[in-house]
Amino acid sequence: MTDSFPAIETRALCKNYGKLEAVKDLNLSVGRHQIAAFLGQNGAGKSTTIKCLLGMMRLSSGDASVLGRSIGDRRGSREIRQRVAYVAENKPRYGYMTVEQMLRFTRAFYPDWRPEMAMKLLAEYRLPSDKKIKRLSKGMRTKLALLLAFARRPELLILDEPTEGLDPVGVEQFLQMVVASAAEGITVFFSSHQISEVERVADHVCILDKGRLKVDSSLDSLRQSFRRIDLVFPDFRAEADLQISGVQRIQANGRQMSVFATKNFDLVIERAKHLNATSIEVVPVGLREIFLETVRGD
Amino acid sequence: MNFRLQAAIGQPLYLQLMQQIRHAVETGALQNGDQLPGIRTLAEELVVSPNTVAKAYSELEHEGLLELRHGSGAFVLVSRRTRHLADRLQSARGIVGDVIEELRENGLIDEEIRRVFEAELLNRAVETVRRR
Repeated sequence: MTDSFPAIETRALCKNYGKLEAVKDLNLSVGRHQIAAFLGQNGAGKSTTIKCLLGMMRLSSGDASVLGRSIGDRRGSREIRQRVAYVAENKPRYGYMTVEQMLRFTRAFYPDWRPEMAMKLLAEYRLPSDKKIKRLSKGMRTKLALLLAFARRPELLILDEPTEGLDPVGVEQFLQMVVASAAEGITVFFSSHQISEVERVADHVCILDKGRLKVDSSLDSLRQSFRRIDLVFPDFRAEADLQISGVQRIQANGRQMSVFATKNFDLVIERAKHLNATSIEVVPVGLREIFLETVRGD
Repeated sequence: MNFRLQAAIGQPLYLQLMQQIRHAVETGALQNGDQLPGIRTLAEELVVSPNTVAKAYSELEHEGLLELRHGSGAFVLVSRRTRHLADRLQSARGIVGDVIEELRENGLIDEEIRRVFEAELLNRAVETVRRR
């Protein structure tokens, strides 16, 4: 683990579709041996970013490297595809193959293929090996795609909404596999809309909003940097009274006020006391609320 | 050991794990020399990132509550100071327990009690900063 480069790094990455700026000036950095989650609303630019990283799409400007190799460089790009496993949003092709044929087909490409892992997951996911892929349900296809990715033993796993279409058991099995992969030193980068899953396993969180990176932080420091302070005053107070540095948003409702802050919690409390607040409560904020605050249109 | 981490409450998971290990030592559920599960085993059991478990273990090692032996895992290390602290915490739990009972009798629910505690602790921190 002496390599100092991050698993994923982008420098001022931009991607336009005609006049539409899908990704703007993205400076992203994902450390190695981490589980990193990529959050954002539909159309925020997550899939576009991922496809750019994998060389499936040309950048409009900027640069990026994956596992220390520049994606613009041809040889680098081929090497990246050997060392990175990718599970796409719309899962497998080759619908005419059976599950077993698909396994044999895929393993031929990868020298590090782990047959025992493939067999273990085949049983765990209850995938019927003689069934044609086109006859599998959406959830089963997702499981097959994940199996193929995990069994390759890549250095980096990039997953685009991997839990879409999975039932709760499937989600749990997926999360366990992510944790086990991370324990083997595999970096995992996955996009998701399932904040409760992200909250459990992620070390790092990136939030993309309208093509711009709003958050790129460890989940722990993100959690510790956000607080909601609920206040009650004996009479009506203007929001401006509590508008101090670090306060992101104030929600006033009669005598009640909720202050979302990322720093200066003690100053907010001091100010509130000064304004004769009758109740001051400090509440930690979950990732769901942080996410909603971040992507709220301002 | 049974640890339960709750992702949704906003507190970092490694801190929750640290608290639960400390608590287990204070109650005697974990004793001097006991071995904790390996990082990978515990991460898979709790379905959290291995980095979360590693961070909790290394912070507790820093505090002197765990000893990490390379390749063989984490062991509980109860020093005299910890034992002394355990006594004080034991009596603190008694006092807090009484307060909680009284507040419940006054009709407060646990979530409200928890928030009052947190607000008061923060209040006091502010007072301290001011006095300085």
